[in-house]
Amino acid sequence: MDRTPRTHPRKSASFDDYTLSEIRRAAATGIYDIRGGGAKRAVPHFDDLLFLGASVSRYPLEGYRERCATDVVLGDRFASKPIHLKIPITIAGMSFGSLSGQAKEALGRGASAAGTSTTTGDGGMTEEERGHSDLLVYQYLPSRYGMNPRDLRRADAIEIVIGQGAKPGGGGMLLGQKISPRVAGMRDLPEGIDQRSACRHPDWTGPDDLEIKIGELREITDWRTPIYVKVGGSRPYYDVALAVKSGADVVVLDGMQGGTAATQEVFIEHVGLPTLACIRPAVQALQDLGMHRKVQLVVSGGIRNGADVAKALALGADAVSIGTAALVALGDNDPRWADDYADLGTVPGAYDDWHEGRDPAGITTQDPALAARLDPAAAGRRLANYLKVMTLEAQTIARACGKSRLSNLEPEDLCALTLEAAAMARVPLAGTDWIPGRGGF
Amino acid sequence: MPVFDLAEQPLRALNAALHASGGDNGRFEVLNPRGAHSVAVGVEHPCEIEVMGPVGYYCGGMNEAGEITVRGSAGPGLAENMMGGRVVVEGDASQYAGATGHGGLLVIRGSAASRCGISLKGLDIVVGGSIGHMSAFMAQSGRMVVLGDAGEALGDSIYEARIYVRGTVKSLGTDCIEKPMRDEHRAEVADLLEAAGIAADPADFRRYGSARKLYHFDVDHADAY
Repeated sequence: MDRTPRTHPRKSASFDDYTLSEIRRAAATGIYDIRGGGAKRAVPHFDDLLFLGASVSRYPLEGYRERCATDVVLGDRFASKPIHLKIPITIAGMSFGSLSGQAKEALGRGASAAGTSTTTGDGGMTEEERGHSDLLVYQYLPSRYGMNPRDLRRADAIEIVIGQGAKPGGGGMLLGQKISPRVAGMRDLPEGIDQRSACRHPDWTGPDDLEIKIGELREITDWRTPIYVKVGGSRPYYDVALAVKSGADVVVLDGMQGGTAATQEVFIEHVGLPTLACIRPAVQALQDLGMHRKVQLVVSGGIRNGADVAKALALGADAVSIGTAALVALGDNDPRWADDYADLGTVPGAYDDWHEGRDPAGITTQDPALAARLDPAAAGRRLANYLKVMTLEAQTIARACGKSRLSNLEPEDLCALTLEAAAMARVPLAGTDWIPGRGGF
Repeated sequence: MPVFDLAEQPLRALNAALHASGGDNGRFEVLNPRGAHSVAVGVEHPCEIEVMGPVGYYCGGMNEAGEITVRGSAGPGLAENMMGGRVVVEGDASQYAGATGHGGLLVIRGSAASRCGISLKGLDIVVGGSIGHMSAFMAQSGRMVVLGDAGEALGDSIYEARIYVRGTVKSLGTDCIEKPMRDEHRAEVADLLEAAGIAADPADFRRYGSARKLYHFDVDHADAY
C-alpha cells in the first residue's frame, strides 16, 4: 500500500459546488436557469453600517416614554389625495399570478392592519387585494396586463414600473404552470403558455414621453392620485433626476437584492446595483434639484428588520418597501414544510423555484390545493406583527440617536464597517472621519 | 352642446367635464386642440366628442364608452388601452395607435405609423391607409384590418390576434405566418369594414396570425428570439 502523504481533496473557489451543478444543469437542458427571489450573492449591505447612538454631545430619547413618530405622507407634490402611511414600510408590488389569491389577500390584510399600503403587480388588480387593502398601489407595467381605467380610478396610488432591482432592463416572466384559467383571463393570454412580458412600455420612450404619460394618467384620475415611478438600481442619480423631471410624486428605487417572481439566474446575480449603492446617488439627485422630501424616495431590496429600515431612512429615504421579507412573514420557506421542500430537491430557506407553481407554503402558486394551505387571515396577522416589530426596532434605534421622528435620522448618525460600505453610503469608516471618495482619496 | 375651446380653457376642465358627464349621452365639441396631449382621456360614460383639429399624444386614452371623432391627425398612443366605445381619426395616426387596447373600435382613415396595435388585448382596429413597422407586436387578442400595406416585422411575437391586410406586407415578424382566408374570416372583415364605414371587398384581404411556436420555451427556437 502506498503510504505517500497526499493532499486533502480541495475544491475550487471558482468552480464551487453550485457552479458545477449549474454547468451540469445547463449541459443537460440547454436553457438558462430560471428562479425567483433576488440576488443571493454577498454584496455590501446595511449590515455593513452601524448607528453611533447618543453620546455626551447627543441626547437620546426615553425608550418607553417619549414619542418617536413613524408616519409619512407620500405623493403630495401634485396629487390632491396623497397617501398617509402610519409606518414607513410598504409592501412591494407582487402579481396575482405569481402569487395566489390567498397570498394577495394576506398581504392586504397585514398591510392594512399595520397602517400601510400594498401593491398590485404584473397581472392586474384582484378583488381579494382591493377588498382587503386600505391603501392599494396599482402598478402600471409594460405588459399592461389587466390594466383598466376602473381599477385606475379605485387605486390609491399609481406606480409606473420602469424596472425592478432583480432585473433592471428585463420584463416579467410567468411560466405555463401558473397560467391558470383565471390568470389567463386577467392577462388576455392563452392558458398554459410561457408568458414573457415586454420590458419596454408600449406607448412611450424616454423621459420626455414619460412626462406626457404621467400627464395622461393625471388627467384620467382628475389629478387626485399620487403617481410613483419605480426604477431598478442601475443609474440611480440620473434615473431619479429624470423621474422628478417627468413629474413623479414618488420615486421607488429597488436594489438588486429585491426579488422577482421569475427570471434568469444570470440576470438576477449579474445586473444591477446593490441597494446600499443606490440610495445616496438618488438622494443626491433629489437634493441637487431641491426636491428632497418634496418628491419622496421609497427604497427596496433586502430590507429585513428595523435596523435596515432605520439605515435606509438615515441615508435619505422617506420609506422602504418589502417583498421577500413579507412573503417569509406569510410563511414562505417555512421549515414546517421541510418534507415537501425535500421532495422538490431543496430545503427551507433555499426554495426559489417559484415559477414552477409547486410552492409547499401555498404562496407562489396557482394550484388550488397548495394555495388552500395558506390561511389569509392568519398569514395577514403574521405580516402585521412583523411590520410592527420592524417599526418598533426602527423607533428603538431612532430614540437612541435622539430622534423624535424616524425621518429625522440622518447620515451623521451612521458609520461603516467596511471601505466599500463607507464609499457607497458616503459615511465615515468606523472610528475615522474618512469617507472614501471624499477629500481627495 | 358644451363647447370647449382649448385656446381659452385648460385641458383639465375638458376631461373633468367628460368624466362628470354621467352617462347622459351628451355631445361635446372641442375647438383648437392644436396638438394638445391627453384630449378626452378616461371617458367613462356614453357621449359624443368631436375634436376639431389635430391632437397630440394619447387622445382617447383608456376610453370606455365615448364616441370620439378627431377631425385631424393624432399623435402617439392614440386610444391607448381603450376599453370600449369608438375612436375615429380622419387623418393619420402616429406610432403606438391602439396600444394595449382591450375593446371597442378604433378607425384611422389615414395611415398609422409604427407599432400600431402593439400588445393588442381585444380592441378592433381598422386602418384606411398603411401601417408602419412592428405593428401588432405581441398582439394578444383583437383584430386589425389594414387596407394599405404593412411595414416590416408585422405581428412579431403575436399571440391570438388576427390581422387582415389588403396590400403588401414588407416582412412578417417572428412567429407570425400567413393563414388561409376562410368564409368566417371574410365575414369578419366585412363586419369590421361596415362598422368602420369603409367600403372594400373582403375577398381582397389576406390573413396573418401566430404560428404558436414560441408559446413555450424550447431551446430549438432560441435563434428566433
